[in-house]
Amino acid sequence: MRIILHIWRQRNANDSGKMVRYEVPNVNEHMSFLEMLDVLNEDLIAKNEEPVAFDHDCREGICGMCGCMVNGVAHGPLPGTTLCQLHMRHFKDGDELYLEPWRAKAFPVVRDLVVDRSAFDRLIAAGGFISASTGSAPDGNAVLVPKESADRSMDAAACIGCGACVAMCPNASASLFMGAKIAHLGLLPQGQPERDSRVVAMVAQATQELFGSCTNIGECEAVCPKEIKLDVIARMNRDFLHSKWLGR
Amino acid sequence: MQLDSKCPTGPIETRWDRHRFSLKLVNPANKRKHTIIVVGTGLAGGAAAATLGELGYNVKCFCFQDSPRRAHSIAAQGGINAAKNYHNDGDSVYRLFYDTVKGGDFRARESNVYRLAQISLNIIDQCVSQGVPFAREYSGYLDNRSFGGAQVSRTFYARGQTGQQLLLGAYQALERQIGGGQVTMFPRSEMLDLIVIDGRARGIVTRNLMTGKVESHLADCVVLGTGGYGNVYYLSTNAKGSNTTAIWRAHKRGALFANPCFTQIHPTCIPVSGEYQSKLTLMSESLRNDGRVWVPAKQGDKRSPSAIPEEERDYYLERKYPSFGNLVPRDVASRNAKQVCDDGRGVGETGLAVFLDFRDAINRLGAPVIKERYGNLFDMYERITGDDPYSLPMRIFPAIHYTMGGLWVDYNLMSTIPGLYVIGEANFSDHGANRLGASALMQGLADGYFVLPNTINDYLASTRFEKADTSHAAVKEAESNVNAITRKLLETKGSRTVDACHRELGKLMWDECGMSRTAGGLKKALSQIPEMRERFWREVRVLGTGEELNQSLEKAGRVADFFELAELMCLDALERNESCGGHFREEYQTPEGEAQRDDDKFSYGAAWEFKGVGAAPALHKEPLEFEYVHPTQRSYK
Repeated sequence: MRIILHIWRQRNANDSGKMVRYEVPNVNEHMSFLEMLDVLNEDLIAKNEEPVAFDHDCREGICGMCGCMVNGVAHGPLPGTTLCQLHMRHFKDGDELYLEPWRAKAFPVVRDLVVDRSAFDRLIAAGGFISASTGSAPDGNAVLVPKESADRSMDAAACIGCGACVAMCPNASASLFMGAKIAHLGLLPQGQPERDSRVVAMVAQATQELFGSCTNIGECEAVCPKEIKLDVIARMNRDFLHSKWLGR
Repeated sequence: MQLDSKCPTGPIETRWDRHRFSLKLVNPANKRKHTIIVVGTGLAGGAAAATLGELGYNVKCFCFQDSPRRAHSIAAQGGINAAKNYHNDGDSVYRLFYDTVKGGDFRARESNVYRLAQISLNIIDQCVSQGVPFAREYSGYLDNRSFGGAQVSRTFYARGQTGQQLLLGAYQALERQIGGGQVTMFPRSEMLDLIVIDGRARGIVTRNLMTGKVESHLADCVVLGTGGYGNVYYLSTNAKGSNTTAIWRAHKRGALFANPCFTQIHPTCIPVSGEYQSKLTLMSESLRNDGRVWVPAKQGDKRSPSAIPEEERDYYLERKYPSFGNLVPRDVASRNAKQVCDDGRGVGETGLAVFLDFRDAINRLGAPVIKERYGNLFDMYERITGDDPYSLPMRIFPAIHYTMGGLWVDYNLMSTIPGLYVIGEANFSDHGANRLGASALMQGLADGYFVLPNTINDYLASTRFEKADTSHAAVKEAESNVNAITRKLLETKGSRTVDACHRELGKLMWDECGMSRTAGGLKKALSQIPEMRERFWREVRVLGTGEELNQSLEKAGRVADFFELAELMCLDALERNESCGGHFREEYQTPEGEAQRDDDKFSYGAAWEFKGVGAAPALHKEPLEFEYVHPTQRSYK
């Protein structure tokens, strides 16, 4: 099939950038979306044009490095799927697709479809951890974890940190990302001692990074490739209020 | 060069304890006077950087990805082994040690493997404390499963995302140190050379991938946790960015490279579908616990699988290996898949696939149980292939997955360059000629959390460090080396893309140095690789400049190193006139077609010394002694 792409080309953070039209003939339905971009890039290099920069690494939907907006939807039209796991069989001959980088104040564009998501790392560094220095741990079975808690914690821990939630949110809020980490750790007994300080530190950092606030729109949940549920945000808000009530 | 493994002697149970006691310590107040560079943030590098930070060292940590959380350890699915014996099913440290030495086909050091088995216990405890949401039983206790050729249930797991969860644990510990100022993180920075001053590793040269700036970083020692080199084959289950550059350039500075031909082929990957294919996706081998592997009994049988009656199916693993059945180790499962396909009984459009069938398991346990166990893997399979594995058997084929070879290290994980440590998949130490399932995560974390942070003190405490700064001649020389490579790649302005060159190399390596090897094929590869490499340097086209984000330039530098490494792999495979583990030389097999080792001649680690590109490297042998597990022909029948 033939696919028409309009891709955001921006040389660096200071460049103004624009959409450029490309055609990719001979797209195979078994190709992944990124393999289609590989083919485009090979063609561009053959024509002495610089290839489109896009982030990717594992190409199996787990590293969280890839992602862009496809016709205004983060990671494209297939729910619960990263861009690298989206295959061209979900498109049809002649489809016209508009590819843009994540757009958020906290994620400045580096080049073309590549953005800087280091703000996410700083949110984790602010408090998204359990302080268990190496060597201090008791036996793994010393603290029992109810299966339901472990399962719900794992649901939240599945977050891959891709940033689709921020890109899709009209407020560019990082609440789903933060809520997922707060739920992952807060649902486990090991995460209790720092539960209050964690949420306070992470929320403060998010403000500093210029992420917006959550207004319960739910676009984040709709595009999350790991289908993290909105209730993690409710949990974050509850933990936040609780810590404020305690005066922390 | 005399290789000293520094392995302790005496009773194996107490070797690590006694060794640790013999190591010098660094006074807590002196730790902050030392700077350590850690390259790579996977399970090994991430765990090491975090732990060294906790100990009070100044750590500078580097990764080429945009965040330390992206390292490819994240993609490990199945689980992590630990000899906890929580199931009272006969497991023990000694049994994990025994299984790992045997599984590695007697090509690993006993001392290292025993230590690994001991430390496996601490790893689980550590990860649980960090909040890794391991699977639990209804009682709240940790759940286990049997995995990858083990007859006991010793594998801990977090759904099909164990690697992700363990890596996030290490990443969060690392971010905690970054937030506290103990570790300085340099993401999107690629190590392009090692700085050696007065015979000691004292720093690295990096390229900032965002700005192209070449920078030198100095320290008291350097730790490489930069993973394996499976991408030399172009198609592998590795992430696209995984590369050999850090360890290869350290090799060119004097670190010996051991057993480069020991590569692991994973039996359960999604088959190749076309020329455009950019990578292969692994399906966790935990699927073999419930899935049955088969091909049609007749050659060229192209009927749909459901139309093939039971008596016309060949469940070849169950037939040939009744006691292990579908759970034979990876090398055995892979080789058998190749054999049935070579036999003309492969399935799918290309004939390069076998079935992995869940029909019987679904009938026995019901679809919901199978969904609970493997749901995410089934979803992934369907997303990639468009087939529903609940109703159709999966099609799978082996793919390059892991490299057991790597830089030679002693028992302290130090390479042949003093002050250069190598951990995780990047070293050669613990898996011998074949790695068992769920052992990579164990080794990465053992090295990073528990081994290196103990052994590195000894070097720091017993070495006098001369002050070095970036004006040193060795620094300037390394920087100009890096700049010269970048310039050359950009100035070639040839006609072929980096990927086209890489694909050509990968195909040759897969054909001649892949699942099975022959002297003739390896010699052919050895004559073609230098010619291909010259063509690469003549014909590669890298557009753009070196002063900005330039992904083609990054790729080109990595592929240039693969072209050099490939030659060493073939040479090592040719030199090793035996079959062992993942290294299968067709000339050396038993009458039943199993790997035939030659312990009299090849019971050693082959450590190669670089002598120049295109020049013959020198081979140094580290003899292996087996005092506890006596080498036998591996049998899984």
